Amino acid sequence: MSDDRLPAKPDAHGEDDGYGGDLVLADPAGDPVADPGLEPHEDRITDIDPDAATRVERQVATMFGLATLLTIAFVVAYFAIDKDTVVWIGPLRTNALNLTLGMTLGLALFLIGAGAIQWAKKLMVDKEIVEHRNPVHTSEADQAEMLKEFNAGTAESGFTRRKLIRRSLIGALGVLGIPPIIMLADLGPPPGRRLFETVWTEGIRVVNDVTLRPLRPSDMVIGQLVNGLPANLQELAEEDHTEYLNAKAKAAVILVRIRPDQITPLPGRENWGVDGILCYSKICTHVGCPISLYEQVTHHVLCPCHQSTFDLADNAKVLFGPAARPLPQLPIMVDSEGYLAAQSGFHEPVGPSFWERGERG
Amino acid sequence: MRFSVVSRLSRRRRHRFAGPVMLLLGLLAVGGLYTAVVPENSAVADDAAQSQQIEEGKKLFAVNCASCHGLNAEGGTDGEGRMAGPSLIGVGAAAVDFQVGTGRMPAMQTGAQVPRKDPVLNEEETAALAAYIASLGPGAPIPPEEVYDVSNATEEQITRGGELFRTNCTACHNFAGQGGALPQGRYAPTLMGVDPKHIYEAMLTGPQQMPVFSDQVLTPQDKHDIIAYIKGMEEQSDPGGFSLGRLGPVSEGLWGWLFGIGALVAVAVWIGAKGVKAGRSHSE
Repeated sequence: MSDDRLPAKPDAHGEDDGYGGDLVLADPAGDPVADPGLEPHEDRITDIDPDAATRVERQVATMFGLATLLTIAFVVAYFAIDKDTVVWIGPLRTNALNLTLGMTLGLALFLIGAGAIQWAKKLMVDKEIVEHRNPVHTSEADQAEMLKEFNAGTAESGFTRRKLIRRSLIGALGVLGIPPIIMLADLGPPPGRRLFETVWTEGIRVVNDVTLRPLRPSDMVIGQLVNGLPANLQELAEEDHTEYLNAKAKAAVILVRIRPDQITPLPGRENWGVDGILCYSKICTHVGCPISLYEQVTHHVLCPCHQSTFDLADNAKVLFGPAARPLPQLPIMVDSEGYLAAQSGFHEPVGPSFWERGERG
Repeated sequence: MRFSVVSRLSRRRRHRFAGPVMLLLGLLAVGGLYTAVVPENSAVADDAAQSQQIEEGKKLFAVNCASCHGLNAEGGTDGEGRMAGPSLIGVGAAAVDFQVGTGRMPAMQTGAQVPRKDPVLNEEETAALAAYIASLGPGAPIPPEEVYDVSNATEEQITRGGELFRTNCTACHNFAGQGGALPQGRYAPTLMGVDPKHIYEAMLTGPQQMPVFSDQVLTPQDKHDIIAYIKGMEEQSDPGGFSLGRLGPVSEGLWGWLFGIGALVAVAVWIGAKGVKAGRSHSE
């Protein structure tokens, strides 16, 4: 670009340049900060140099052209590349078809966008303009006309005059609200006692989760952790899978073996364990996450969701975190064949609190 | 030619180590012959070797372990009555092999948790220490190689191992075996790159805060399958090129946020940037 085509710089600032003249305050004297008006307009190189403008035009056209080619490449790749081909790019391993489709279409869309932006920034007219803010309401005349028509319609329908029709219509519409409320009741059967009960009952053996092996007290050493399930759960698995999952979600337990002299049972719970083997619900009493993050030295079990910490040697007392209640303990015994089994079901509902749980919640 | 061979031999015969070397060879030959001819006495020889190993282990214990675990491995306290090291009577050889073989013991300092590091004692010394501790009371022995060798694991075993892993291990060690945080500065270490033997021994003995998973509850086959699953995870490739800690949506989301949003911000800045101005126009 040669200098002679550039405009000369203005000699003095603030001369009337034809911009901003419209912006006049109602009372300029009352405003402590004078209206600066619009900044003076400055031309871009492309506004005054036709060669530069042509260059930008070619750039934009190249971007649009490349986008066209990439879109065609997308279609070709869709048919040409086998869907199972894998490519390595350095350490990156990826599906060749997905990579090509993504790169071609993505770049094509990007180039269309980038071309449009370049076009707007460099070639489209960029003179500053002032648009005054207009009132958004309809004109007084239109409002009056509308009101007149509405009143005429009301009078002609007799809505205000024929009270019987008006009241029966209001009644009919009001009664329409009842069916949805009635239908809410059918969202599901009421839970009944199901939140209070699990499949644990007297004599049900504790089995190891996954392997379903029953446990003898001698199988467990000090410091042991077992993720356990009730032995009768497996029957449900074959009958009704949904019911099985619901039952499992409530009945999962953890068994630990702690040195008996370190356990401080609550009154009445002295015989709930077997030689230091204790069984607790695996379901956190806060919001019901399954917990088995057990530290054998401290006897603490930590819930990974919200860091509630329970001391299993001290009746699963809450040491930390948002849980409000200890983990329910399952009283266990040794059955006639020498396996660990439940003395009874849980003495309180397992899992998070709920409305009907009562004051113990 | 013949003369030179003879002279070389005779020169060697006069070497000053020739006597001791010949004596050693002779002793080895006699000893070897003796053990071969009289095999029924090998148990006695083994016993002698074992008691020598235990003796050696006791010496190593006195140097490396006794300051915390007590002179006779009965457990020790620091000056203020806190436990410095637990009693090692009855912990068994597997616990020693795990603790010393992974470099956790001898510990360099007390803290929330003793970290894994390069082993301080070599394999022979570790075996001697394990033999000494095993001689103090009954405990889990070092598992034989066939129970933790997962080189021939089947797909079915790996799948079953995954189920057992997700039930018993993920709570602490993360679903991808990457490890995780425990309360008060403790942590469950990553399982990547751990010797299969040490994984087996950890399940068997419950080191530090880790609970025990005894062979009666998780059988050697169960443990084998779990190890096969962990080794399978180790070999998994990362399709994206980076594992990002395999922590799932958190690290992937952070990556997406930094790079994706960063690219969008760069484009937005470009759209909003003023282009080069030629100067003030006079044409209007």
